[in-house]
Amino acid sequence: MQAVIQATMEFLKLYWAPLLCGLVIVAVLPLVVGYIVLVERKLMADMQARLGPMRVGPHGLLQPIADAVKLLIKEDIIPDNADKLVFWLAPVLSVGAALLSIAGLAIGPAFQIAKDINIGILFVVGVSAMGIFGIVLGGWASNSHYSLMGSLRSSAQLVSYETAAGMALVSGLLLTGTLNIKAIVEAQSKEGIWFVMLAPVAFFIYLVASIAETNRAPFDLPEAESELVAGYMTEFSGFRWSLYFLAEYTNMIVVSSVATTLFLGGWLRPFADVHLFNFLDYVPPLLMIGVAGYCLSRTPKQPSGVQQIFMLAVASLCFVVALVLVAPVVLPIAKPFYAGIHGGFWFIFKVSAYIYFFMWLRFTIPRYRFDQLMRLGWQFLIPLSIVNVLVVGVALIVSSYFNLHGWAMLLVTTPAAIIALVVALMILAAGQESQAGKENAAASDFYAG
Amino acid sequence: MLDKVLFYIFAGLAIASAALMVTRRNAVHSAIFLVTALLATAGIFLQLRAEFLFIVQIILYVGGIMVLFIFVIMLVNLDVALQQIQFARQKWVALIVALALSAQFGLMLWSSGKTPGQGIPVLAAPSASELPANSEAVAQSLFGTYLLAFEIASVLLLVAMIGAVVMAKKER
Repeated sequence: MQAVIQATMEFLKLYWAPLLCGLVIVAVLPLVVGYIVLVERKLMADMQARLGPMRVGPHGLLQPIADAVKLLIKEDIIPDNADKLVFWLAPVLSVGAALLSIAGLAIGPAFQIAKDINIGILFVVGVSAMGIFGIVLGGWASNSHYSLMGSLRSSAQLVSYETAAGMALVSGLLLTGTLNIKAIVEAQSKEGIWFVMLAPVAFFIYLVASIAETNRAPFDLPEAESELVAGYMTEFSGFRWSLYFLAEYTNMIVVSSVATTLFLGGWLRPFADVHLFNFLDYVPPLLMIGVAGYCLSRTPKQPSGVQQIFMLAVASLCFVVALVLVAPVVLPIAKPFYAGIHGGFWFIFKVSAYIYFFMWLRFTIPRYRFDQLMRLGWQFLIPLSIVNVLVVGVALIVSSYFNLHGWAMLLVTTPAAIIALVVALMILAAGQESQAGKENAAASDFYAG
Repeated sequence: MLDKVLFYIFAGLAIASAALMVTRRNAVHSAIFLVTALLATAGIFLQLRAEFLFIVQIILYVGGIMVLFIFVIMLVNLDVALQQIQFARQKWVALIVALALSAQFGLMLWSSGKTPGQGIPVLAAPSASELPANSEAVAQSLFGTYLLAFEIASVLLLVAMIGAVVMAKKER
């Protein structure tokens, strides 16, 4: 007994800081996810020429909180024939894996929970892939056909696209030669170029595969509401359902962070080492001041006094953030915090842009059919990603032979990308030819429903 | 101290969930306990400062193979499977194999304390800074020292993969 207490004390003494950070993330992330959902609804409304949520708070700004309260006080229903234990375990597994993988990410050079782990990016990818168990077991435990179909589709989809995403990551990692997240970003700062320029095909493959992995439209087959009610989530309600929701959006954040770290230069400012572009340091505070100004201009137009006060509070919050962002650039005292604050800003900015792109795709492209999805994964993305690894490897050997660095590497990697694209077009053409032959023999795909 | 406690937690979890995995009647429950056992083993790898092995165990076994296992299990009609006799009648073979295995373990444990430097090697855990980075070390030994064995194994896997594709095609 004493040994256990001693070990616990030792553990707390060694790891109190990461534990505290983890607690903060677990506490803040649901709020962040709530507001991502609000942004998504607002964007969808805007693209469909509607207003979106407007009632709760000014411009619906308090809607996520109202939704959270509603979900928490909803009745918790477990189906009679469900496997109770697994039903209880499944959403927890999903959300646990998603939250755990955040620990490996570096939000700016200063903020990383699991600091400098050797396997960095593999840890994030591997742990977040464990969330699939939550989906599969949840669908099975509900003892309902829609749920089972949803989870079968989901596991098939995830296993297929994991391969393509992994190969895309490999071609990105060839450029860095390390798995450590900090070292990956530092490699990009050393080369002075983001790896999306050097390996555009790999970025494209990762983009598509990451949408499929997070079960987002146009690949949201596991929860296709017109075919499967709500897929694996059909029997879940209230808090359990919201856990699944939290896991899905956290996974979105995780895949965008991985893409940002490996391909989009992580926390680096655009042209980080070029002094000519130092004026870009003023962009973040100006952006926040712009948002604050817009909120101020909207304040008198709010219908009730409470809402005006809330709008004013949002404006002043943005103003405070702008002050924090401008301080390290102007004040010499705050100079040491420059890397942490601005790094954090650029990282979050890039992740938001990536998530925005996800949403944009969702509202633009109609849902794929399941056999189309499988064909895209196995017959197009996986061969392309394997070819791309080969081509990037050859390009790297050539560029090291001629001792090329930074932007000069584009001389070699651009032809490599073009070769990969030509191969991709050949694969597509071959696929269409073989498809034309099969069209008559109607495929009776079991999962296609 | 902390190392020891963590080791016993992981080892106990691995053994307990392995035992539960064998004894559950429901195949999905068995699969869940197998996942737990694999994760606990991964934890022990991590304690031995083999980070790469830890994450490969998670990505391949937990994230890849077990998902496929569960995928297949869910397609099997469990109600029928529950009615059938779960264990194949291999009592005597199993008994002999188990006895041989425990004899081996016993011999190793018994001989380990006798002469120093023999039996089970007891390693003092080196600090993280003394070791080379684990993924690099694994790569060095795979693509340097054991290159031939690695290539043979990968060709074997490739042959098996092509064989599986060919067999699946014939059945259609």
